[in-house]
Order: sequence, then structure tokens, then C-alpha cells
Amino acid sequence: MARAALPGRLTWQLVSVVELVEETTRAKSLVLTQPDWPEGYRSGQHVDVRLTAEDGYQAQRSYSIGSAPEDDHLVLTVERLEDGEVSPYLVDVLRPGDELELRGPIGGYFVWEEALGGPLVLIAGGSGIVPLRSMLRHWSTTGRDVPARLIYSSRGLSEVIYREELTGYGEHDGVDVRLVLTREWPEDWQGHRGRIDRALVDEVAGPPEEQARVYICGPNAFVEAAAGWLADGGRDPSRIRTERFGPTGT
Amino acid sequence: MSPVSRGFLGRRHPVADPSRLPPGQYLETGFPVLSAGPTPHTPLDEWSFLISGEVEEPVSWPWKDFLELPAETITVDIHCVTKWSKFDTRWRGVSVDTLLEHVDSEAAYVTAWSDGGYTTNLPRDHVSDGKAWVAYEYDGEPLHPEHGGPARLLVPHLYFWKSAKWVRGLTFTVDDEPGFWENYGYHNLGDPWLEQRYQGD
Repeated sequence: MARAALPGRLTWQLVSVVELVEETTRAKSLVLTQPDWPEGYRSGQHVDVRLTAEDGYQAQRSYSIGSAPEDDHLVLTVERLEDGEVSPYLVDVLRPGDELELRGPIGGYFVWEEALGGPLVLIAGGSGIVPLRSMLRHWSTTGRDVPARLIYSSRGLSEVIYREELTGYGEHDGVDVRLVLTREWPEDWQGHRGRIDRALVDEVAGPPEEQARVYICGPNAFVEAAAGWLADGGRDPSRIRTERFGPTGT
Repeated sequence: MSPVSRGFLGRRHPVADPSRLPPGQYLETGFPVLSAGPTPHTPLDEWSFLISGEVEEPVSWPWKDFLELPAETITVDIHCVTKWSKFDTRWRGVSVDTLLEHVDSEAAYVTAWSDGGYTTNLPRDHVSDGKAWVAYEYDGEPLHPEHGGPARLLVPHLYFWKSAKWVRGLTFTVDDEPGFWENYGYHNLGDPWLEQRYQGD
């Protein structure tokens, strides 16, 4: 009898690229066939992607999952980093029909599911929206009894990933959606202008006694500021979960 | 064997000494920050370092006493499970060997625990014999809170999640008790040279 894989063992698998969706000029969603993951995945988890050159050279990076567990396809939304090695390939070279090697799902702390309750408060900077969008999609099919709120900060309107879907949650699903534009905005922009501030974060997170479940994802300085304000305001730090990316100076 | 990724050439940054880069890692020049929650800010007059658990007599040092322990300056390469490595990072701190001179224990494992609730488990022989430090300076400056200050564990031969930020103590245990990330599917030991990223690797 063949020996079963160790429980929880993460093996490399090949999936196919079904479709590529241009989200912004710098970001694309990679719509992929579902990997064979016995227990599926949870909103907020990520995968490791591995690329192999003709001479055997390999490069690996981690990407957050943007789809929800109940979706038909696995979606990774990737933003091109100009000096990157893997992201320019995924955004500019990959084509439908190509195969992609990945393993996962990885992580288990930065996840949300209905049993964790709410209010669900999501705070995203830039491509940090990706795992939070998975949570919102999952919320929209399983968790609607829980209030949901989103702050999403981008440099300009053209850099807002999943814009239509996110504003739709605000217009049709009762999610308190706050789009923030930090560098440029249309003249008639009704949302927050400039960087997020403590007043905005406090307002959306609600009073400490509400004990919201807060998920913050984005560049480190953004996450550090938002998480710091909330922890400082007397909230239970174990209900503030963060995921950070991007190098910082030392 | 992995299949070739059509059209992938790689942007191979020349690494001065490729033999220092473990498999699957790339060289980073910044110092990325990865933390699962808010950064704790414990005032130094409330800080102490405690060795406890399966020991004859627990021992603890307040911040002032900790700074008076013999310290070492070390320059090491560090490797994060999220794929980046950073060469020649310079730290100052107290060797765990120096701390262990003050306790009697036969226990084979330790759990490092931190402000904010983080834990990570290590076999005792991976923190002794010059393999681990409690570091409070980075690059000649007090260790920044984002990087684990006032003090973090430094275990450079393992993936960097073992180098617990904001460390406050080591608890000796008879059995190996998985810590925070180890409970979420990360490898129990985390040797970057064996690419032990996740359970089963």
C-alpha cells in the first residue's frame, strides 16, 4: 500500500493558468485551476510559487490568495515590483495555458472565517488588499450576520485593485467601504484624501469594547502605524492580526 | 524535477559568495519586517529576562543587570523563511551559554517566549555552544522595536522565525512543545540549509 503523505505536508503541484485579469497597470489576477489540497484553504492564507529556468535555476516567492475557498478557481493577484525577479514574470510573461508550480496553503494565523466572528475590520494598503479581498468574498457568502468594514489605501484611483467589486460591497452588501487616495484624487473625490490617520482608523475599528477582529495588510510602515494606533487605544492585541511586506531601511 | 517555466530567465543578482545562500533564498539588502501583530513597547523598567520551567531554580535579570552580563559582538548571515537572506548583520548581545551558566537543568528543549504572546521551540543543543544570543543592539544602535527591541533571540543557523522578537525568557521543557508558527504548519526545527520551511520538509 502506498504510504500516505504526512498530514499537513505541503507538496509542490502544477496548476494551469486559466485566465489573466488586468486589475491595474501594475497588477494582474492569475486565475488558476484548483490545486489538489485535501482540506482546501482559508481566507488570508498564501502560497509559494516556484519558477524554473531552462538551466535549472529556480526562484521562489510567496503570494497571497485573493479568491475565497468556495470559488471555482484559485486566484493570486500579483503586483509587478520593478526590480523584482518573480513578479515581472507573473505579470508580463505568463500566458493562459501555461503551467505554474506552487505549494500551499501556508499560514494559519492571518485568516478569517465565520466562526471567528466580528465585527470584521479590514485595513489594506496597496496590494495588501489581496488576502483581505479573500476574506470579504468569504464573508459575502458565509458571514453576513457579522458587520464588515474596510479601509483601503491606494496612491491613486487607477491603482485601486478590485475597485468595482469592493465598491459593490459598499453599495449592495452593507459593508462600510472607505477608499483612501494618498497622492492624487479626482476633484469630486468624496473619500479620504491623503494618508490614513488615527481618527479614521479609530472610527472604522469602532470602540474597544466592540472587540472587532482587525486584519491589517500592507507595507510595513502602513501596518505599523495602523496596528500601533489600535493597540495603543486599549484594544486586545491578539485581535489585531497583521501581515507586512516590503523591505525597510535598517 | 520541476518543469521549465516558459520564458523565465531569472534576474540573477550576482551574489559575492553563492555558497552562503541556502536553497530557495535570495539576497536582500534592506531589512524586511514580518510580525503577526502590533509591535509591543514594554518600558525598560518593566523588562526582565527569565529562565524558568524544568530548572532547579529559576533566574531572572532586570534590564540593568542584563546589560552588565558579558556581551559579544557577532556578525552573521540571517535567513527568513519568506525567502530573503541578509549577509553580515552585526549584533551585540549576551550568549545563551552565558545565561545557562546560571541554571541547572537536564531538560532537552526550550521555548522562547515574548511580549505580545509569541513563542518558538528549540532543542537545547541548538541554543548552546555558541549558537544563540539574546541581542539588544543591531549595527551599533539599540535594537529598534520593529526588529524586536529591546531584545530578541538570535539563532542565525535556523530560519529567522526562531529568533524570537521581544524575547522575555526561555522556558525549559522535558518534551518538545511546538511554538506559534510551528503550530501553524511551519517546520519544527527550521534548518535553512535543509530547506525545512514547512511540516514534512
